[in-house]
Amino acid sequence: MTTRADGTGTDGPASDLLLRTGRFFTRRPTSPDLRAQYLDGGREGDVFYRDRWSHDKIVRSTHGVNCTGSCSWKVYVKDGIITWETQETDYPSVGPDSPEYEPRGCPRGAAFSWYTYSPTRIRYPYARGVLVEMYREAKARLGDPVLAWAEVTGDPDRRRRYQRARGKGGHVRVSWAEAVEIVAAAHVHTVRTHGPDRVVGFSPIPAMSMVSHAAGSRFVQLLGGVMTSFYDWYADLPVASPQVFGDQTDVPESGDWWNATYLLVWGSNVPVTRTPDAHWMAEARYKGQKVVVVSPDYSDATKFADQWLPAQPGTDGALAMAMGHVILREFFVDRKVRFFTDFVRRTTDLPFLVTLEQRDGAYVPGRFLTAADLGDTGEGAAWKTVVLDERTGEPVVPNGSLGFRHTDSGVGRWNLDLGEVVPRLSALGREAAEVLLPRFDSADAGVLRRGVPVRRVGGKLVTTVHDLMLAQYGVHRPGLPGRWPSGYDDADEPYTPAWQEALTSVPAAQAVRVARELATNSEESGGRSMIIMGAGICQWFHGDATYRAVLALLMLTGAMGRNGGGWAHYVGQEKCRPLTGWAAMASATDWQRPPRTMIGTAFWYTHTDQWRYDGYRADALASPLAGGLLAGMSTIDTIALSARLGWMPSYPQFDRNPLDLADEIGDADVGPAVVERLRDGRLRFAIDDPDAPENWPRCLTLWRANLLGSSAKGDEYFLRHLLGTHDNLRAAQTAPDRRPRDVAWRDGDPPEGKLDLLLALDFRMTSSTLLADVVFPAATWYEKHDLNTTDMHPFVHAFNPAIDPPFETRTDFDAFHAVARRFDELAAGHLGVRRDVVAVPLQHDTPGETAQPGGRVLDWRTGDCEPVPGRTMPGFTVVERDYTAIADKMASIGPLVDRLGLSTKGITYRPHEEIAELAHTNGVMLGGAGDGRPAIDTDARMAEAILALSATTNGRLAVQGFRELERRTGVRLADLAEGSEERRIRFADTQARPVPVITSPEWSGSETGGRRYAPFTVNVERGKPWHTLTGRMHFLLDHDWMHELGETLPIFRAPLDMHRLFGEPPVGTSEPGTSVAVRYLTPHSKWSIHSEYQDNLFMLSLSRGGPVVWMSPQDAAAAGVRDNDWVEAVNRNGVVVLRAIVSHRMPEGTVYVHHAQERVVNVPVSETTGRRGGIHNSATRILVKPTHLIGGYGQLSYAFNYLGPTGNQRDEVTVIRRRAQEVRYR
Amino acid sequence: MKVMAQLGMVMNLDKCIGCHTCSVTCKQAWTNRAGVEYVWFNNVETRPGQGYPRRYQDQDRWRGGWVRNRRGRLTLRAGGRVHKLLSIFANPVLPNIRDYYEPWTYDYETLVDAPLGDDFPVAEPRSLLSGRPMSVEWSANWDDDLGGIPEQGELDPIVERIRRASEDKVRFEYEQAFMFYLPRICEHCLNPACVASCPSGAMYKRVEDGIVLVDQDRCRGWRMCVTGCPYKKIYFNHRTGKAEKCTFCYPRVEVGLPTVCSETCVGRLRYIGLFLYDADRVTEAASVEDEHDLYEAQLGVLLDPHDPAVVAAAHRDGIDPEWVEAAQRSPVHKLVVQYRVALPLHPEFRTMPMVWYVPPLSPVVDRLTETGHDGESAGNLFGAIDALRIPVDYLAELFTAGDPEPVTRVLRTLAAMRAFMRDVTLGREIDESIPASVGMGAEEIMEMYRLLAIAKYDERYVIPTAHVVEAHQLEEIGCSLDVDGGPGMGGPFGEASGRPAPVSVETFHALRDRQTSDTVADTSADRVNLLNWDGKGRPAGLFPPRDSR
Repeated sequence: MTTRADGTGTDGPASDLLLRTGRFFTRRPTSPDLRAQYLDGGREGDVFYRDRWSHDKIVRSTHGVNCTGSCSWKVYVKDGIITWETQETDYPSVGPDSPEYEPRGCPRGAAFSWYTYSPTRIRYPYARGVLVEMYREAKARLGDPVLAWAEVTGDPDRRRRYQRARGKGGHVRVSWAEAVEIVAAAHVHTVRTHGPDRVVGFSPIPAMSMVSHAAGSRFVQLLGGVMTSFYDWYADLPVASPQVFGDQTDVPESGDWWNATYLLVWGSNVPVTRTPDAHWMAEARYKGQKVVVVSPDYSDATKFADQWLPAQPGTDGALAMAMGHVILREFFVDRKVRFFTDFVRRTTDLPFLVTLEQRDGAYVPGRFLTAADLGDTGEGAAWKTVVLDERTGEPVVPNGSLGFRHTDSGVGRWNLDLGEVVPRLSALGREAAEVLLPRFDSADAGVLRRGVPVRRVGGKLVTTVHDLMLAQYGVHRPGLPGRWPSGYDDADEPYTPAWQEALTSVPAAQAVRVARELATNSEESGGRSMIIMGAGICQWFHGDATYRAVLALLMLTGAMGRNGGGWAHYVGQEKCRPLTGWAAMASATDWQRPPRTMIGTAFWYTHTDQWRYDGYRADALASPLAGGLLAGMSTIDTIALSARLGWMPSYPQFDRNPLDLADEIGDADVGPAVVERLRDGRLRFAIDDPDAPENWPRCLTLWRANLLGSSAKGDEYFLRHLLGTHDNLRAAQTAPDRRPRDVAWRDGDPPEGKLDLLLALDFRMTSSTLLADVVFPAATWYEKHDLNTTDMHPFVHAFNPAIDPPFETRTDFDAFHAVARRFDELAAGHLGVRRDVVAVPLQHDTPGETAQPGGRVLDWRTGDCEPVPGRTMPGFTVVERDYTAIADKMASIGPLVDRLGLSTKGITYRPHEEIAELAHTNGVMLGGAGDGRPAIDTDARMAEAILALSATTNGRLAVQGFRELERRTGVRLADLAEGSEERRIRFADTQARPVPVITSPEWSGSETGGRRYAPFTVNVERGKPWHTLTGRMHFLLDHDWMHELGETLPIFRAPLDMHRLFGEPPVGTSEPGTSVAVRYLTPHSKWSIHSEYQDNLFMLSLSRGGPVVWMSPQDAAAAGVRDNDWVEAVNRNGVVVLRAIVSHRMPEGTVYVHHAQERVVNVPVSETTGRRGGIHNSATRILVKPTHLIGGYGQLSYAFNYLGPTGNQRDEVTVIRRRAQEVRYR
Repeated sequence: MKVMAQLGMVMNLDKCIGCHTCSVTCKQAWTNRAGVEYVWFNNVETRPGQGYPRRYQDQDRWRGGWVRNRRGRLTLRAGGRVHKLLSIFANPVLPNIRDYYEPWTYDYETLVDAPLGDDFPVAEPRSLLSGRPMSVEWSANWDDDLGGIPEQGELDPIVERIRRASEDKVRFEYEQAFMFYLPRICEHCLNPACVASCPSGAMYKRVEDGIVLVDQDRCRGWRMCVTGCPYKKIYFNHRTGKAEKCTFCYPRVEVGLPTVCSETCVGRLRYIGLFLYDADRVTEAASVEDEHDLYEAQLGVLLDPHDPAVVAAAHRDGIDPEWVEAAQRSPVHKLVVQYRVALPLHPEFRTMPMVWYVPPLSPVVDRLTETGHDGESAGNLFGAIDALRIPVDYLAELFTAGDPEPVTRVLRTLAAMRAFMRDVTLGREIDESIPASVGMGAEEIMEMYRLLAIAKYDERYVIPTAHVVEAHQLEEIGCSLDVDGGPGMGGPFGEASGRPAPVSVETFHALRDRQTSDTVADTSADRVNLLNWDGKGRPAGLFPPRDSR
């Protein structure tokens, strides 16, 4: 019955009758009331979906490069066709009381398989038609590929013809043989004629596909070419990390968020940029974790916050300083929290003594007092810093500073063991002095006068870092002179909560409250306060200053080196966990040393001629207390200085081919020979005249990278000067009064088209492949073997081919081997065996970091000191290269591994057993240069070698490395790995399931016993020093240039004033109804990982189908823009054409143009220039911060991707202009 | 009492990060083919927002679901069945393609093929329906991350309703911004309006697990189901002319695997399990007069799987013991019935939806934090439900037909769990009064905490596999890969990945079934791989046909 006793039922009697008689047209069981019909059995109609679900096999793989998520995926294959992917869920368990890592993934990764057969897949080798024609003609005539290449590129007219065609279509399909031949010929010619250091490779983020990266890097390094850095270039490197920790970046795995009881998410949009990890945040809240989000927009992460602090863009440093003010006031002065003071005494530089120097009737901070100042003349005395002993009041030299690291007398004493000594935090007690401190919170920098207690030690007036910090933060103690804030509500004096409110718009009470909560939580939980730090605060020009202010909050509250506590920097960083093995493969140090590595930012800044468009001098950013060291210099001068002082690398290195230089020097001692020539001017650094044709880079290879559609800050400068094709650049050249002091300025227009060859390997068409002269069709991540790790989880896992590379695609590994083989053949007649003079800077974690005591800038060229290679200037080495044996060496592990071992972060691993074993596992090469050496002639074999040669994946090496470190430190460490000594993670293990890594001295934390990885736990728990000057975490940096920039201590530095520096209109300037000037921020997008996926039809269908700009309703109204209108972002650097998304989530005065929106999909012609709109980085440019160039001084020393100027891009402003809504695409 | 089993899902919106992985994996697996380009069986909506298709919740316009008529009986809003049958050839009330979105692609080939010109080649947008150049003006996810915009805020039917009640409750201003995500699949309702709407009898609810499906052989493309579904989760395949919908991934759940959207949910917010319910009481419960009573009425239909009477009745009604046991361990039962933290979506549609939602917490508004509430106190920060940014009224319109009380209670429960657990985590003395304040004991709230926070895979998904045998046999039935619109067809997302493929592939399941089952495998398949033919059965084509066949 359809009518029930209670009167309910469906419809009425008429329909009941109808239904009962026929149930429409079918016979199916129906519910008694005819409401629903059920079906049991007989479901042939369902078979469609059942069949669709069926598949032949599932293959484990992942996505390598771009993303650091390191998610293991199931790739489904049906009839030899990749159909789709879903996530693996078989990560080893985190434990019974914790969530798990399954499933990891995101919508981008889930859409990857689309690329396999997509119409944007590069199926065949391509080359620029214009070039191919000329090359073929010349080769037919000359009969030699190298001579043909030489002729085409040596003729200015022919060269410009194909350069001008770059990016404009006109690719023709060529055979692999021809494509490889052109590339090999170009490289032979370049090495022979211009020099191996004119060969450049760019491929970022090796951790995400180590083999694919190392395959190409190995080729470049064996030639003597240059690999440019990426971490600093991406502005993902938090320079504060080397500055404060002496470490590139080491952060907790996301599973450790679970252990935090207070989580500050600062400038990071975790759900979007750490999609697979975000659940840990959501889940930890249920455990009682409080979440506070600092973000200028109501971000995806803000959804999870308990509180939202809407700090305006670029002002985060002010908020952090004010929070530091509160913590120092309430937890260090008003109430001394034992947990905090014990921590900072042992693990930070707060108790160390700093000299004061007289200035204008007061004092300024000078340098760390060292044992040398106390009269010690022993080894390393200038690197041994000093504290006051609480018990005696006398100065003592504690263990652990840099003076104990590389010296014989320091053996067993490089540790944080204080013995009986109790370092005094304050010099308080006797006299006081006024110090002058810079401030940058308004347009005109000013000076603060605040008192510190002082002592006289070794004839010098000194105070402690702790006392300087209290002065800097404005935390007054009775009896000290100077001008101090009257209280939290004093808005005029830095760095009070009320003062920050005016800058950040965060209410003062909120700042106080969050600071108090963070510190209280640390006190109660034993340091389990964590700050997730993101690009929103990292990628600014002064991001390092902001970071130091934020890190101070954690260092002060005992929250570093704790599970559940500390900094959690997640900005494009990666963690190549099997570090040693990868580095050996990638830099080919098994065959020859040293490799050539270059700071990317300075490289591109120089060779894209952005230095010719600077609006300001290097000292425009200097402190009001600066000593004038940067006066008169332009930014390119600081780069040149850094190069000649041995601080940072600089390639191309000299004004001539280093092979020719080696011939010239002959058997003479290379160091003196080079010095002599540099002194008398016969030899010049290339950086001193970068526009001279002999100083240009000539061959650039991009793989696993889309430089020109993604990271190229100042993309239009790249197009014009590096590539020599059309562009939308609108900037004017640097005015004569601001031009370089030292570096040569060539009159007239700067060169256009420096590169002879741009080679790109990719599986999809990008801006880079469109611009490339030769394009190799690459295998995707589902078509090869490789390895993948991340810092977000502790596992290493594999890529496996779900299908063989389809069409004519090849793996990067195979492609580079093909080029190498052809190179060897062509080199036989043109190069043979040559010697190469290699210049290298002073390196971090080597004795080179103690080359320049006191952090003084002494320029040998101006006579400040003698030119001493490896001390006051770069070191010089001669490397012999057999240019006919490159392929052999690529395919085998060279003998230097057994002979010299492999060094990582100052520890040498001796994997001779592993070499013997690899000879059995992989077999050996027969004949040629690699005869009898272990084979790495396939991607899987190289993966095996990487795992065997790294301590994270080889327990024997981990134990051996720890034992070596034990000798230096005198503290127990080897037990961290002894339980895993027999463990060897093999490639097959990683193919079967993600495998947890072994605790290793390559990193600073511990996984021992299954604990979650958190950085610096080994330092805090075992007393192993940080790799810094004091051996502790640094609040104070005393290098000359840090003083010059006013960044000796944590400080607030406002975003750059682009109006003052470059004449852009001030933010807010509006032509009502037409345009508005705004901050131009480029955070990461929900629909892409860098430029990848932004062309993927799934992602485009879920978003707005093309490039967009997010703007506030207020700004939209000012420019007369409505949602989805076409607009143009226009500034001196270029033009970007976008559609507007108008949302009240956005703050007024700021737009988001999400990172790496390229010009390949749905980008119309610009109204402003009549040319194709640009990429997001067409509106930005490179701005080099001179302090990032410091080297040769403790933790401020060069290492690849460890330190170098950042390619920051967040300070930019642009005008958003409404354009005609009719668009055309061609 | 007629005991039936129903697979249900709970989504914890408090954990949803809005990443759309579920949408992408679902679309890849099921609808990246011609005819369903615009179809997302699983979609994620940013709220406030219009949703997909636009304003689907506005039943004044779309006429979906049931209404209670003057006689207290349920009738389809789009008209009773007589009306429907009589008007079967008239156009039903349907969203048009612009209400969903006009699917598009790009002329990507240009990037590879472009001859030498004077500018960068670019891939222009092209309609997937007409092939012509188009301007992208709307998509399945146009509202993404907007949180409502001043220009279009009124277009969210929920906002419209709340604003009608009180002018300034939802304002789209920076200071008061809020947003959250609502992932949606088919609700697999106990009282499905789509099934009732279908004139062909092509739609059915599976007896054993309640999954609502369209029989592709019987569907005649009348599209009444599209109208009938108030969630607009039935779609019309314009190539095949048939209706398609979320299948709850039955080929997966039948073998104990969670749905694609669930297993791939990186927020770990989805739960799948069984409900036992009393089929005899569904209509009654869906017919209660006051909309505010619908949530409780729906709960009232669900049976306690631990109740011996229910277990006995289940046995009587043919439900396997394994299924009853699964129902006892069911995470969805715990979240919906025991802890009562999951709520139905739009119970006022009276379809008895079986996908349930835990409403989201949100940051407190600044006014509160400015006045210096103590964050560590359970009574304030974790308990300041009234000060959360997402208006309770908004959530109530979604989940409880506008009744704020159940929503407030759930949010208080979540806040109490956090406050209580903070003490546990920090090793402080626990405060039993916190769980007591939401009617729970300390152990119960910790159990709930484990389910919500730790949420291990086998606790999120408790899926019985007892009916797997039939499923496996079905796999060897002649394959329809090559049907129009099948995965063999080229499509916007498959592109060349969907080149016509050979039919009837050996699957893992089929292989395992063949090698492990006691019975002779079904031999109706038209191809056998001899390499793994185990001698059972008689592969077609290997021997001459027998008369008996």
